[in-house]
Amino acid sequence: MKFSVIVFPGSNCDEDAYHAAKDVLGEQAEYVWHKDTDLKGADVVILPGGFAHGDYLRTGAMARFSPVMREVEAFARRGGPVLGICNGFQILLEAGLLPGAMLRNRGLKFLCEHVHLRVEQTDTPFTSACRKGQLLRLPIAHGEGNYFAEPDVIARLESNRQVIFRYTDAAGDVVDSANPNGSAAAIAGLCNEARNVVGLMPHPERACESILGSADGLVIFESVLQWLKSGARGGSKGPALQTV
Amino acid sequence: MIDSHVLERHGLKRDEYDRIVAFLGREPNLTELGIFSVMWSEHCSYKSSRVHLRTLPTEGPQVLQGPGENAGAVDIGGGLAAIFKIESHNHPSFIEPYQGAATGVGGIIRDIFTMGARPIALLNSLRFGSLDAPGTRRVLEGVVAGIAGYGNSIGIPTVGGEIAFEPCYAGNPLVNVFCLGIAPAVDIIKGVASGVGNAVYYVGAKTGRDGIHGATMASAEFDDKSAEKRPAVQVGDPFMEKLLLEACLEVMKSDALVGIQDMGAAGLTCSTSEMGSRGGAGVEIDVALVPQRETGMTPYEIMLSESQERMLLVVKRGREPEVERIFDKWDLHAVRIGEVTSDGRLRVKNHGTVVADIPNRALTDEAPLYHRPMSKPEYLKDAQTLDLAALASASPHALRDANAALLTLLASPTIATKRWAYRQYDHMVRTNTINLPGLGAGVVRIKGTERALAMSVDGNGRYCYLDPRLGAMLAVAEAARNVACTGARPLGATNCLNFGNPERPAIMWQFAQAVEGIGTACRALGVPITGGNVSLYNETDGSAIYPTPVIGIVGLLEHADRVISGRFKESGDVVVLLGEGRGELGASEYLKLVYDQVRGMPPALDLDRERALQQLVVRLAEDRLIRSADDCSDGGIAVTLAESCFDTGGMGVEISIDSTAISTDQPLSDAAALFGESASRIVVSVAPDDVTRVLEIAAAANVPARVIGETGGNRLRMATGGRMTIDMATDDAERLWSTAIDSHFAKKIA
Repeated sequence: MKFSVIVFPGSNCDEDAYHAAKDVLGEQAEYVWHKDTDLKGADVVILPGGFAHGDYLRTGAMARFSPVMREVEAFARRGGPVLGICNGFQILLEAGLLPGAMLRNRGLKFLCEHVHLRVEQTDTPFTSACRKGQLLRLPIAHGEGNYFAEPDVIARLESNRQVIFRYTDAAGDVVDSANPNGSAAAIAGLCNEARNVVGLMPHPERACESILGSADGLVIFESVLQWLKSGARGGSKGPALQTV
Repeated sequence: MIDSHVLERHGLKRDEYDRIVAFLGREPNLTELGIFSVMWSEHCSYKSSRVHLRTLPTEGPQVLQGPGENAGAVDIGGGLAAIFKIESHNHPSFIEPYQGAATGVGGIIRDIFTMGARPIALLNSLRFGSLDAPGTRRVLEGVVAGIAGYGNSIGIPTVGGEIAFEPCYAGNPLVNVFCLGIAPAVDIIKGVASGVGNAVYYVGAKTGRDGIHGATMASAEFDDKSAEKRPAVQVGDPFMEKLLLEACLEVMKSDALVGIQDMGAAGLTCSTSEMGSRGGAGVEIDVALVPQRETGMTPYEIMLSESQERMLLVVKRGREPEVERIFDKWDLHAVRIGEVTSDGRLRVKNHGTVVADIPNRALTDEAPLYHRPMSKPEYLKDAQTLDLAALASASPHALRDANAALLTLLASPTIATKRWAYRQYDHMVRTNTINLPGLGAGVVRIKGTERALAMSVDGNGRYCYLDPRLGAMLAVAEAARNVACTGARPLGATNCLNFGNPERPAIMWQFAQAVEGIGTACRALGVPITGGNVSLYNETDGSAIYPTPVIGIVGLLEHADRVISGRFKESGDVVVLLGEGRGELGASEYLKLVYDQVRGMPPALDLDRERALQQLVVRLAEDRLIRSADDCSDGGIAVTLAESCFDTGGMGVEISIDSTAISTDQPLSDAAALFGESASRIVVSVAPDDVTRVLEIAAAANVPARVIGETGGNRLRMATGGRMTIDMATDDAERLWSTAIDSHFAKKIA
């Protein structure tokens, strides 16, 4: 399977996502420059972490206008699996591929540490190999990961089961003290209505080898491989991407 | 008209001016005077320090690049080089903490990728006034946020460092930043200009009026007018630097470059003259071609600007289009501003008219060199005296209990966890970090190999204040020991020398003593100095900081998966002390916190023993015979043992050590055993089956080693001379240690 990792000027986790796909999982991986207009035959598209365009103006605000984003949108509309990690998640929000917005962390400081996530839904390409309720210990590293959406949007996300990951404590309970950034409904990751586009603030690509302190992120990548191999994409003739 | 007022504003002395006239054979114009003033500033010329720095050991079979280039390099096997350097950004960080620290990080990163290396790790060594002193919080928060803002954005992990608090740094915080990169040894690129007619390119941010005379500012003391120097502090743009980093590394792969140098202190002036001087060539540029951010800039301003994120490149003839194409891809514009000449001069034109014409060597190799007068400071005789009897009678009652003293130490900002700071740094990006911050030296694996690199930056201003030579030796020993405690063999060193005004003989004596100590220790421990930086004039209103040499050491782990940290791993492991405590209380954190005294002699250091100890711990880690290793430093063995229990989920330890009869006062003798900071000690934990083997190997290595207890339970229990003197729940101690800095901030907000 081929992972295409989009490289924006200012991306800085592009090599990490590439390493996870290529060296850890042994799959094919390609970098796709943001000015490119084809995805190099991607089976999976990853929007990596970093500070695209310096995150000047607003996180992800300028990256959405990069030429490659038209291809990413078309790929998503065709049902292709797209994963946005950290800054990649912020770009997906700005591009309207996922609903909501990011505010500064409630502590107003950048935070880099391991947190616990609970997998809320397993019917997405990136959680299909997880158990519902499975706890993952993954690192976060962001200054603006405080997810915000209007209450009616949150309600719709909940009723559509689009909340994929929530911050919890080590026991798997959603408690305010375990919410690192103040995200609404402790949301750490989301999918779109068609369920093929997933964004999350924590970094699964940083937790794919035990020498790094956690290998809990592997299951995210294994999920999409399993999902692709099982032909789930071909079988899912769901509606084209709807307004989210 | 150049009069004494003009000279004073340029930080030049009359005799220096006379030398300028002699070099030129005429009076300089103002542009030339400006160029001389920055190149002859202490910051760029090392005019007070060079005679001493020459005595440092800089050679060894592993050294690929010693001092003199943008950074040093050591061979780490497999055809790879580790390229690293430490640099200070003290003065700017006091005036504008966020930007001062941020641009310090930006500068040291440029020094590394200028050498052709991919930067993979950052460290920082920070010193501030007392945490509860007015102003400290502003500077601390700004500096940490600035380091985070730059490093996180550019995507280089900050994998470790140190933060210390002492009143002497209140008006002169120290911000020393270290960066390490990796490159194939054959691909190291140097800052040379050569090949007559080769094009000189300018790449990166446009030139503005920011930072003009930054180098001169960093070469003067502070007073109450310092805030007015704000325009001399630069503003950082990590996104621009990220583009430059990627574009330059791509250009370097192409083999089209002759040389490259960043524009740091003294900007375009320093890069053109140094590159020309190193290449034995001249450089001619036209400042009218330099991209400018502001209108109406004069040649003087353009040459002296310290705008950040700019590089100067010399490109092989005929390869220009290739280089321009790569920069275009990154939306950077490489502008040809001049060419290499044969006459060894820096010639600056403005729209074709010569505005400066100076022999390069006058600016670099032949810059002034001073043998400044030195004299032993008068404070030392008294300060080095420690009267134990007086101490015993002056004991504050509450802290005569070792439990209370340990809790006081664990809650002191210098010893308490610095999680508040390092969680603001992205320490995991690039997925190489295998020892997280707070666990001793930072360790990054090298992808595509079995290897990893460990690195640590250490200093102890209090030790150096009380004995600069010994204190500097102890700093080298501690940095190397911290590296060894991960299982890595120390390979090379870089130093950042932070001192007061060198024109004072007492300060110059401290400097010379410290350099001598560094040289002695580096020779004995086999870690040559490959580069570094000197920061003088760290004084405010005539009051100097403690002499503070900070040492960065890099070491190699042959097997990344054999890395160890300072944390205990398993209950029931045997705790072994390598080395011996001698009950030395002088210069200790304990003496400062409990008795409010900064006095006595720092701990003695036997470098042969230190070397044997470090080699032993590396061997034991390599053989997988130890599960953790942590050295004894601030707060002595009691603090080491407590910290080894922290972040383990509340594991306890029970140990018994001898009391050191330094006084007839029992509590003081107990304190000396528990909190004395004797050097050359490492606490290791060992699986029970391996203890005999560990003790045998230690004996063969001639390193004292003895079983002092075992891990387990959930309490910290320490006996001295057979009596239990410390007994507390690990959780209680850890709570204090882990919240000390956070709760300080919480308290202030309320």
